[in-house]
Amino acid sequence: MSTLTPTPGQTVGPFFHFALPYAGDRELVSPGTPGAVQLHGTVYDGAGAPISDALVEIWQAAPDGAVVARAGSLCRDGATFTGFGRAPTRRDGTYSFWTLVPGPTEEGAAAFFAVTVLARGLTNRLFTRAYVPGDTSVLAADRLLASVEDDRRATLLAVEDEQGLRFDIRLQGDDETVFLQFPGH
Amino acid sequence: MTSAVPSDDSTSTTQADITAEIEEIEAAYQRSGVEETQPRRDYPPYRSTALRHPTKDLHHADPETIERWAPCFGTRDVDPLEADLTIQSTGEPIGERTVVTGRVVDGEGRPVRHQLVEIWQANAGGRYIHKRDQHPAPLDPNFTGVGRCLTDSDGVYRFQTIKPGPYPWRNHHNAWRPAHIHFSLFGTDFTQRMVTQMYFPGDPLFALDPIYQSVTDAKARERLVATYDHGLTSHEWALGYRWDIVLTGSSRTYMEPEDDASDRGDA
Repeated sequence: MSTLTPTPGQTVGPFFHFALPYAGDRELVSPGTPGAVQLHGTVYDGAGAPISDALVEIWQAAPDGAVVARAGSLCRDGATFTGFGRAPTRRDGTYSFWTLVPGPTEEGAAAFFAVTVLARGLTNRLFTRAYVPGDTSVLAADRLLASVEDDRRATLLAVEDEQGLRFDIRLQGDDETVFLQFPGH
Repeated sequence: MTSAVPSDDSTSTTQADITAEIEEIEAAYQRSGVEETQPRRDYPPYRSTALRHPTKDLHHADPETIERWAPCFGTRDVDPLEADLTIQSTGEPIGERTVVTGRVVDGEGRPVRHQLVEIWQANAGGRYIHKRDQHPAPLDPNFTGVGRCLTDSDGVYRFQTIKPGPYPWRNHHNAWRPAHIHFSLFGTDFTQRMVTQMYFPGDPLFALDPIYQSVTDAKARERLVATYDHGLTSHEWALGYRWDIVLTGSSRTYMEPEDDASDRGDA
């Protein structure tokens, strides 16, 4: 088990835009790629107002469930799928990625995007998951989803819409997104 | 509350009001006897937390496969010159030339090897190159305040930069942030992802700053402060600071560097 105490996190603040976003950050694949889908949504605060200075990151398996662990996220070559993407929210609080739908990393497991959320006013990063909608029996058998209260489970599910997969993130409020605490945090 | 110019609605709260709130929270924390090591998400003296902190408890999750791995970055992603923030233009930036270095380790003290470290900061006058920063301090045409590097095989990162200045913000009237450098870090597991800020020792603004003080534990706050190290200072060139970073414990099986290299697309 851990023997050292982790360094505390601090807010990403309002001034990360000149440093963290980069060319191609939100395009894990080019929009025209076969199988390309848009994962998109809006980040909301507790008053229901969109947050225009949040940063959303995703980390995911490939469509066949493989964890790719390939370099090249910061300098995409148009061919290598790295599984990592980063998207600042826009003025209207929306974010979007062009990516491939992740597959289950193990036989019978539910597939999801691992997600982190950063923002001014958020003193530490938040983790959540955006599950791929589809097979209801697989989703019903997922350990995390099964452990979440019925009325909050939907906050972890991406929803199919005309643009692709929508995953809204609510930092606070009645339909607050389920955020995750991992062992050691 | 995104610009650095005080607004009408923030002028009614004084530093004395904020300091009193900070001290009250810290006193209550000390009475509680329960050790905290991370910032409070709900920290009223930092006004923007009000509508942006989750009100429900974080939900316990055991990391699954994808979360036990982390994005991989390599020499394709990062030019070694990006670790030197003083050579990004044709001229020399103004300010105290400063070296910041340290080790990134996991909770068991194992080095986080060949992993991405990103930093960003204000210039010596306390001004960011960001359109939302309206603090009337000069921009430095020779300084962007952005750097990146990969840790080496021992988990060591190293940047050469200019010491950032303190700057005003709109949390309350006459609010000033202590000088700091923003750090973005990845580990061997996605669950170790962290964004934080490094401070300089002895800053007189520490007690007044609700972001620094959102970490209620004094020992934990100290972990955000670099140490001046004369051994890192170089003759007639730059002052040296050391800041080691501990990520949350790793759950993935430890991999030897040789195995690690085979995972890297550009190895």
